Amino acid sequence: MARKGRPIPEVNASSTADIAFLLLCFFLMASNMNTDSGIFRRLPPPMDPTQKPPEIKERNIFTILVNKNDRLLVEGREGDIGTLKDQAKEFLSNPSDDINLPEKRVEFISALGDYPISKGVISLKNDRGTSYEMYIKVQNELTKAINELRDELSRERFGIAFTNLNDTTYINAIQKAVPVSISEAEPENIGGKQ
Amino acid sequence: MGRFTPGKKKGLPAISTASLPDIVFLLLIFFMVTTTIREATVNVRIAPPSASEAQKLEKKGMTSYIYIGPPINARLGTESRIQLNDRFATLGDIRDFVIAEREARDEVDRPFITTSLKVDKSTRMGIVTDVKQELRQIGAFKINYSSRREVKHTR
Repeated sequence: MARKGRPIPEVNASSTADIAFLLLCFFLMASNMNTDSGIFRRLPPPMDPTQKPPEIKERNIFTILVNKNDRLLVEGREGDIGTLKDQAKEFLSNPSDDINLPEKRVEFISALGDYPISKGVISLKNDRGTSYEMYIKVQNELTKAINELRDELSRERFGIAFTNLNDTTYINAIQKAVPVSISEAEPENIGGKQ
Repeated sequence: MGRFTPGKKKGLPAISTASLPDIVFLLLIFFMVTTTIREATVNVRIAPPSASEAQKLEKKGMTSYIYIGPPINARLGTESRIQLNDRFATLGDIRDFVIAEREARDEVDRPFITTSLKVDKSTRMGIVTDVKQELRQIGAFKINYSSRREVKHTR
């Protein structure tokens, strides 16, 4: 029942800016811009001391050793980070069914049918003195090898890159066909404590 | 060349600041959307390594962080140390930390907790391996090696 003839006084809004600035300053202080990213891995469950580790044939293992000077020893020979990815890819895919490269186990996978899954395991062993940077580089190259193999399979079967797959059955099928078979050895102290 | 006008004085009209709050709110909303709240005050220096295959960490609430790096305060030495929450910690504290992180979350979410290892690139692997062994013992198997995403090179 506002009386006519008297104008409603305008609400003073000049302090809204101050309040908003205050909030803005708070968020600027309390937040960080960079989003988190990283390489995902799944740790193996702890070893049972009473149980012997399963025997794996020599042809099925691809050993990578990293020493405390960040030098690589790949399959008994001095290796290079630049060629590691291709070596790992060749080992995991074994395209020509070489008898020195890993065996394959044919298994039925939905959406893919019978697919020969490689039995190959990459064994990564590092020294306590290895730098974290080198370790991540090696992990990155191995991840790249697996990602490229998955991508190739996905393109061959579904005609689309693995990262662009949306259907979970397809994704699971590819993940099963090309598993992340990286095993990390129990740590050893070769180069002395650092 | 002012003219003398009798009666009312005329000054410059005031600039309207009515749209200022709108502009500031827009900025505010922009920052709220693009940023994340810092989870802890980091007492160790962390220069993450870069990796081309790094994937984005989804589900922020499902992540617990372990920081490993040389202390920012030089008086504490240059050796890499572990930081949990806001404090320096030892290997033995990891167990309690992981249990506390589990307790803080719903039962349904617990299997999805990822432990993000934020490690300085100059750190030696010894301490990282020890932390990983500890995590294995407690059953926190999902881990993430925090690294900056590098632009992919074409070779």
